[in-house]
Amino acid sequence: MRALLAVMLLLCAGVAQAAIDTYEFNDEATRERFTALAAELRCPKCQNQNIADSNSPIAKDLRDELHRMLETGASDDEIVDFMVTRYGEFVLYRPRMSNQTYLLWYGPAALLVIGIVVVLVVSGKRKSKAGAKGDSGLSEQEQQRLDELLKQDKDQ
Amino acid sequence: MRRLLVLLPLALFIGLGLFLWNGIGKDTNTIPSPLLNKPMPSFALTSLYDESRVVSAADIKGPALLNVWATWCPTCKQEHAQLNKIAQEEGVTIYGVNYKDDRAKAKVWLEKYLDPYALNVFDPEGKLGLDLGVYGAPETYIIDAQGIIRYKHVGEVNQRVWEQLRAEMQKLGAN
Repeated sequence: MRALLAVMLLLCAGVAQAAIDTYEFNDEATRERFTALAAELRCPKCQNQNIADSNSPIAKDLRDELHRMLETGASDDEIVDFMVTRYGEFVLYRPRMSNQTYLLWYGPAALLVIGIVVVLVVSGKRKSKAGAKGDSGLSEQEQQRLDELLKQDKDQ
Repeated sequence: MRRLLVLLPLALFIGLGLFLWNGIGKDTNTIPSPLLNKPMPSFALTSLYDESRVVSAADIKGPALLNVWATWCPTCKQEHAQLNKIAQEEGVTIYGVNYKDDRAKAKVWLEKYLDPYALNVFDPEGKLGLDLGVYGAPETYIIDAQGIIRYKHVGEVNQRVWEQLRAEMQKLGAN
């Protein structure tokens, strides 16, 4: 039973693989670049998928184009530029640094720094307040009375 | 100073709320085209009717509409009557890009539903489509007198969209 299941699973895996791997490459490095770029380029039609995942015709076209450009020896930057001049910054899952995307790139880090500063300032204030008053928990009047009583004690 | 600090989270919350609220209801399917205000990409493809005639970007003379269509695209069928109307009644030049289609089928379609196009570029592999950044037919572009792409509409051209396109074209004509 278990063996049968294993065989069936293996068959399924084979079929799934066949649907994806239809490109041939000159070498293993190019194949890796293809996989990496296809995973980072976003399908313009089906916006929550990259072009490697999507079955839409436009994603297929872009994969074909990507494959063709890799075969003709284009660099990664050239390929990304090619896509961006046609479909806009939109196709990049990792947007490039520009004055439009600074907020996106540095926003989270800036918020973290602000958070840390606020925590430090607040805790610092608490400490200094606690230090000034002492830990007795007495009001000003009570403290004065205590000091007087202690003085009396010393005088006698 | 401390009082202001207390109000800071509220201010941040309101700011974030406004920012997100602004995004509600926005059409996320239309993506801004980087080709706006750029010349028509160059190409060398055949005319749909005449296999031996090679057409290029020089044949696209604005001001005109450029409509990317195909027989496999249901929305193209929906908008076809509107395109006929625009071409016949308003005398607007419309160029067609027959995108990843079959030449024979496209010819039959135009015979059946009438042909609003001044010229049809046959783009079976979607090469021009790729250079135009087409991601879903139908798409309609406004080309100005200098051959510059000035506007892009993705989806059906109906009466409401046409009025918008006409306003854009008139704005270009006035300049």
